Amino acid sequence: MSKAATKAGPTAGSKPARARAGRPHAAWALPGVLFFAFFAIVPMALAFYLSFTEWDGLGDPRPVGLDNWSRLLDDPRLTQSLWLTVLLTVCSWLFQTVVSLLLGVWAAGKQRNRAVLSAIFFVPLLLSSTAVAVLFYALLDPNFGIIQKDTLGSSSGAFLAIVFVGGWQFMPLHTLIYQGGARQIPAVLYQAAAIDGAGRYRQFFSITLPQLRHTITTSSVLIVVGSLTYFETVLILTKGGPGTDTAILPYLMYEAGFKSYDFGYASAIASFLVVAATGLSLLLVRLTGFGSMRSTREGM
Amino acid sequence: MGYTSNGGRSFSRRWVLGAGATTLLTTGLSACGSGGGSGSGGSTLTAFVYGDDAVKVQQAAVDRFNTSAAAKKAGGKIKLERIPGSDYSPKLRTAMGSPGAPDVFFNWGGGSIKPYVEAGKLIDLTDVIENDEVLKKGFLPSVLAAGDLKGRHYGVPMRGMQPVILFYNKSVFAEHKLQPPTTWDQLLDINAKLKRAGITPFALGGSDIWPELMWLEYLVDRIGGEKVFRRIQDGDAEGWGDPAVLKAAEMVRELVDDGAFGSKFTSVSYVNGGAPAVFAKGKAAMHLMGSWEYSTQLGKFPDFAKKELGWAPFPKIEGGSGDARNVVGNPTNYWSINARVRNKDAAIAFLKECASRTYARDLVANGDVPTTSNAALLLGDAPNPEYARFQYQMVEEAPAFTLSWDQALGDELGTKMHTEIGKLFAGKSSPGEFVAACKGLK
Repeated sequence: MSKAATKAGPTAGSKPARARAGRPHAAWALPGVLFFAFFAIVPMALAFYLSFTEWDGLGDPRPVGLDNWSRLLDDPRLTQSLWLTVLLTVCSWLFQTVVSLLLGVWAAGKQRNRAVLSAIFFVPLLLSSTAVAVLFYALLDPNFGIIQKDTLGSSSGAFLAIVFVGGWQFMPLHTLIYQGGARQIPAVLYQAAAIDGAGRYRQFFSITLPQLRHTITTSSVLIVVGSLTYFETVLILTKGGPGTDTAILPYLMYEAGFKSYDFGYASAIASFLVVAATGLSLLLVRLTGFGSMRSTREGM
Repeated sequence: MGYTSNGGRSFSRRWVLGAGATTLLTTGLSACGSGGGSGSGGSTLTAFVYGDDAVKVQQAAVDRFNTSAAAKKAGGKIKLERIPGSDYSPKLRTAMGSPGAPDVFFNWGGGSIKPYVEAGKLIDLTDVIENDEVLKKGFLPSVLAAGDLKGRHYGVPMRGMQPVILFYNKSVFAEHKLQPPTTWDQLLDINAKLKRAGITPFALGGSDIWPELMWLEYLVDRIGGEKVFRRIQDGDAEGWGDPAVLKAAEMVRELVDDGAFGSKFTSVSYVNGGAPAVFAKGKAAMHLMGSWEYSTQLGKFPDFAKKELGWAPFPKIEGGSGDARNVVGNPTNYWSINARVRNKDAAIAFLKECASRTYARDLVANGDVPTTSNAALLLGDAPNPEYARFQYQMVEEAPAFTLSWDQALGDELGTKMHTEIGKLFAGKSSPGEFVAACKGLK
């Protein structure tokens, strides 16, 4: 996403000659491209190749054609996983977007206490996902934690815990994005609206929200793709349980690969995830008109 | 994961990255090494070992061996590589697929080595053991057999025994005038009395699943005998259809529905100390757990371990055809030899060290109960001789010692079976569905 955005940005409307003079040579991108190729493209291609083989980590991978993929289609756990992943994505999106949008818009104000509070809100993002999950695991301990209930042992409790912990950790980032977005909105719009007699809520729904629509897209793509690859929290909090009720796709992949040593099947799940995540983010961008890069300031 | 005292096999992303890097490094390094030419100063064999507290016993054995006449005769030495417990299985798996593979390595026998055997990476030790007096007579036969794969030996016992034992809280039992159960009816009776008194009868670390597995292992064994699981272990998935499995699953559901494990067990873990704490603090009266529960409690709640911790065998089940003396758990751990070992004679000479009296004595001093046939004589020196003798007798008299199912089935099947057991205990599947799902595992 970010690559597309940076590429589209500076070229728009600039003269070719000036662009050539003012921009660095393409070779400058080489280290970055190589790094990306070696650590992202090559492993991805390798995983795709492995998805057509049977490999237990010992000896050589044995080609099995489409076996893993047809297994994937027949696997009832995949259906459940897919549904859980979609549900998790939707719930995370709703929870994180609503809360961080409100927090971000609020934090875009200028009073001093807001700055201090914003800094405090930012703290969870500085912790590693593993540390956050371990922390919440201790807090949710049914016998010695703060909520002495079987939270992680019930399907809905475990699921909501994952949504909440993920939200707690990543909302600061989205709050920051919304804060930045909200600060970009020209004050004249609000002044004009105030003259016309618009109240706080009217201003929020008629100015702030429409002005933030690209920000919402950016943040949403991050949340959606993030939720699709959500892993550590599930591993530490629930291990996919109770039963298989929180075994989302990345966890299923981990289990197949690093617990069952069924790397072929795990690679098929991984490849499926890559395709799904890419498709979904493209779709989001297309639907929201983000790709056309129309400014929110048009007509101003 | 089987019942390793440190529990789960969870490992972080950092581990995965680390393993990748390690593999690259070891691959690269050994590639350089082979160019340099070995042979100067004899061969040094590497041995991978599970790196917990007990490793000092193996280190001492290595040190002894390296200066022994046997090592000189075979022209080889051993270098021990300790691998942190939770990383052991995946690390071994990556190493065995690379040129940096160990010559000798620690394992759980049975299914835990099956992929290696099938890939032709292990030396079949059956003839070696049969033709060697020291190895043949050195170990308890049930223990030696438990690590077998289709009747062939691939490993030599090298650590203490880890039978699953029914632990109980002596003061809770005394307060409510209870005796440890010897029959299933007594167990149900105690269960009812404890519940009336507001005490959870059994602690259970359900979120790890392997503590739940222990219940099924004993129930199936007591109901149908050891042959039920033996058939499954030998690759016949139809074995899950044995009536004993269904009956055991139904008994599990009855216990769960009855509240025998309390209402929160699915989110309690053994690994993080949850279940042992529930037990030690008297919130639960009993705990079905591997023999390491004693040392776990001794570390976390020493007073409880010394004064209140009681132990008993799993009760017999009326009408069951299994021998009530049968034991489940981890008979012990084994050393196996890589088929591409650099010096086979030296490796075998080293394995003989594990049958020695000095080695057994070291294990005893460390709180372990050795699986050597001479161990009984040494148990007086154990930190708790009474407990050590109980364990030794339990295993020595056992007609069969069934290896933890997950270890016996290997990682792939074991993981899938864990999922089904988790669902059964959490009430996500019925006993009938459990059996059907297990029959479909492959």
